[in-house]
Amino acid sequence: MGHLIPPSILPYVLPVVYGVVIVAVLPLMAGYIVLLERKVMADMQARLGPMRVGPHGLLQPIADAVKLLLKEDIIPEKADKLMFWVAPLVSVTMALLAYSAMPFGPAFQIADLNVGLLFILAVSSLGIYGIVLGGWASNSHYSLLGALRSAAQLVSYETAAGLGLVSALLLAGSLSLKDIVQAQYDQGEWFVFSVPIGFFIYLVGSIAETNRAPFDLPEAESELVAGYMTEYSGFRWSLYFLAEYANMIIVAGIATTLFLGGWLRPFPRFADHLPGTSVEIMDAIPGLVFLGVAAYCFWLAPKQPVKIQKIVMATVGGLCLALAGAMAAALFAPEGVRQGVYGGFWFLVKVMAYLYAFLWIRFTFPRYRFDQLMRLGWRFLIPLALVNLIAVATARVASEEWGWYPRITMILATIFTLAVALWLASRDQKHEPATETAGGD
Amino acid sequence: MTDTRTSGLSNVETTVLGADEIILNMGPQHPSTHGVLRVKLKLDGERVVDSECIIGYLHRGVEKIAEHRSYQQFAPYVDRMDYVAAVSNGLGYCEAVEKLLGAEAPPRARVVRTILTELQRIASHLLWLGTHALDIGALTPVFYCFREREEILKIFEKYCGARLTTHAFRIGGLQYETYDGFESDVKRFCEDFTHRIDEYETLLTENRIWVGRTKGVGILSAADAIALGVTGPVLRASGVKWDLRKAMPYAAYADYQFDIPTRPTGDTYDRYIVRMEEMRQSQRICLQAIENIPAGAIMAKVGKVLKPPPGEVYHSIEAPKGELGYYIVSDGTTQAYRVRVRPPSFINLQAFDRMARGSLVADVVAIIGTIDIVLGEVDR
Amino acid sequence: MAPVPLDNEFVERLKVKFGNAIREATLDRKQAIVNVEAMRLREISRYCRDEEKFDMLVDLTAVDWPNREKRFDVIVILYSFQKNERVRLKTHLGDGELVPSLCEVWPAANWLERECFDMFGIVFEGHPNLKRILLPEEWEGHPLRKDYDILKQDTAWVRENLGIESGQ
Repeated sequence: MGHLIPPSILPYVLPVVYGVVIVAVLPLMAGYIVLLERKVMADMQARLGPMRVGPHGLLQPIADAVKLLLKEDIIPEKADKLMFWVAPLVSVTMALLAYSAMPFGPAFQIADLNVGLLFILAVSSLGIYGIVLGGWASNSHYSLLGALRSAAQLVSYETAAGLGLVSALLLAGSLSLKDIVQAQYDQGEWFVFSVPIGFFIYLVGSIAETNRAPFDLPEAESELVAGYMTEYSGFRWSLYFLAEYANMIIVAGIATTLFLGGWLRPFPRFADHLPGTSVEIMDAIPGLVFLGVAAYCFWLAPKQPVKIQKIVMATVGGLCLALAGAMAAALFAPEGVRQGVYGGFWFLVKVMAYLYAFLWIRFTFPRYRFDQLMRLGWRFLIPLALVNLIAVATARVASEEWGWYPRITMILATIFTLAVALWLASRDQKHEPATETAGGD
Repeated sequence: MTDTRTSGLSNVETTVLGADEIILNMGPQHPSTHGVLRVKLKLDGERVVDSECIIGYLHRGVEKIAEHRSYQQFAPYVDRMDYVAAVSNGLGYCEAVEKLLGAEAPPRARVVRTILTELQRIASHLLWLGTHALDIGALTPVFYCFREREEILKIFEKYCGARLTTHAFRIGGLQYETYDGFESDVKRFCEDFTHRIDEYETLLTENRIWVGRTKGVGILSAADAIALGVTGPVLRASGVKWDLRKAMPYAAYADYQFDIPTRPTGDTYDRYIVRMEEMRQSQRICLQAIENIPAGAIMAKVGKVLKPPPGEVYHSIEAPKGELGYYIVSDGTTQAYRVRVRPPSFINLQAFDRMARGSLVADVVAIIGTIDIVLGEVDR
Repeated sequence: MAPVPLDNEFVERLKVKFGNAIREATLDRKQAIVNVEAMRLREISRYCRDEEKFDMLVDLTAVDWPNREKRFDVIVILYSFQKNERVRLKTHLGDGELVPSLCEVWPAANWLERECFDMFGIVFEGHPNLKRILLPEEWEGHPLRKDYDILKQDTAWVRENLGIESGQ
């Protein structure tokens, strides 16, 4: 293959291919995450969710995309046309740009920047411009207010989330995402077990950063001030929507890379082999997982009431079987391919788990009011993040300079931060100002 | 005719707005106002300085219609006022006319009426809980509440054929006997319901965000509540322990044990707790009643043509929304001379201004929800 | 079943305090009704609230008897938490006469009086905001009067806003 491509552009081929794959696949993936959200929401609400369009609603995202593309493009009369056009583009571009530094596997990364994390955070922050421009360009009092509120929320929680990330960075020692995963491999455990509070802070911060419930007041339907997206319809609106879900995946990707071990499997250093083979036991897990899912599908298939559903269930089972086969085949593939396949599998599993947590939280909790939201960010999360940072830094110094046992220092740091968290939380409740009492008659 | 208008929100053209004040209109069509309610808010930044409720979008002239229908013919109209709790409306009306006639429903009818009314109270509170939680942002409880409500509506459907506007009772008693399996259905529902309501409590009562959104919001003091004529769970949450089922018992309530939940502060959280507890008490009444439904006739001897002696009567019951009263004037003919419905939602909604002043805009939706209004009853 | 005259201590006290303003007291179906003079309704209500502890205004409504000289009955239903009793105050009012508003005594009267005004055309003197509540402001006519029939609904408001042509 190498001799077909001139050497001067060889280094650019794979990144471009990856880029094209990501840009092509991502909107589809975001669409299917929307479908997944609707199905999970339905499951938690004791109902079925989309069922009509395609078997089990599987073609729903396609139908939605077609509908949105065919919708009339309405622009408010007095809106600033250029900004109106540019704003969603800014949001989407920044969201997609952040994927360029995201490692989906040991080899699947467009660019391994040595400041990868910083790049992703910076680019995500630029996405806020898209929101503010959109709110302003709509020429509506309430859209602007909603956009400004959204921007304020994003900025505040980005600070907290960033501080949470830094506490993991202290353990990693590098901003390059690949190195961070490597550090987790070297230290033998995912950072979530070392700095759980940092993970928690990042979780809350990332939910607020992506405008998800319980922090979705700026875009809630039952609130008076409609959000920045009100005046957008059809394709422009779908760009904003795409940006939001792409942001969710980015944030899940960062959390996975920094805290959940990236593409590493659980117990990454546990290299015991199956007796008599060169196959590592832990590497057999992906294949077994798919085998299990396939078995479950085949067991459910005859129980379906309608014939078409039986066929669909059997097909899904067959698909899982095929994937299990692929995973098993990868066991005997060359090192690079095997790492790539399994790395991709684990990365995907963790990202999905993180996103499931997002969905779960969305449908469980009511919404925070805006002032409560800001209070939570500034009076609880940021102080906690700072304390966490100091505690982790102290723990590192203690273990490196003074030779204390690293695990003990981290546990002590966690306990201290937890105590501070409880104190902050209790203090918050007392300071919540009651509404002004109505005076007299 | 003297025209004593003040410069409040009542007259928009002459309203004097301060430098930072805007008027925000929550129009009749809005996902959160339950029904067609229009609220005009005068805001100073985020705080509500003044408010005005504009109602009447669902006014159908029920009281005028009553003057041209016979007493029995008017009974189905009554269901359509508070359409969420139709059985209670029917109970109030039938009992008022029975008082006018001097008749009394037989014991069996009274007990079955009690059971159905308490089931209706649970159904009404479930709908309130689901929609109120939805307004505040909790997307899931509404589905669970409707699932429970579905069971109750199935019982109603098996009993009288209708789920929502049931016309379950007749003047003098009941038309239909309880169906086979009525007792077991009600018993099964009540037993299931205990752990369901525990589920809702787990989801919401201790939830930090829920408490944050509802505590301290829309406070109504006991003195204000009494002065504004507020009744029902809103009054009880403000600290006044008063329930018509205990104060002036009707139907078979005097025979059963139940508590009246009250709470001290009168904020949204307290009203939530009171209604949850009321659901538990309703379930308790149902279980007691279902143990021992007396045998006997279900209809008193009131004759086919009702001509109450001339006079007037006021009779009220404790509907899920508050005190639902009927003031009926008879002139001796088959048609009522005047039927006045004392609508609890209408009078409770007056307290909205008192509750909303000084609160934030985001809380207005919670306050409207917590009063638990049904526009059919507000406007009639 | 016919109304019987009522003469208990409560009525006695009222008569002592207000004399001729208390016209008649009856008991109909075991419910107390006290007929009072219109102009003194506010005083009597205030007395009932403060001295007699009827602290809640349950309802305020009207009935139209067109064949009578004073065609309207304004009904005020009060309730006392302490005594667990209700009492009904009734006044007779002619068309065009004023009756004092009870808004100062109970804020609950605000909307109730507006509804009476809307439906009957009874004007409550001293009401802070006496305008229509259930019907649109430009509506003509007062529907719950006995001489209001369906032909009277053919108003300008209906023609303009609902687009229904007049059939008359």
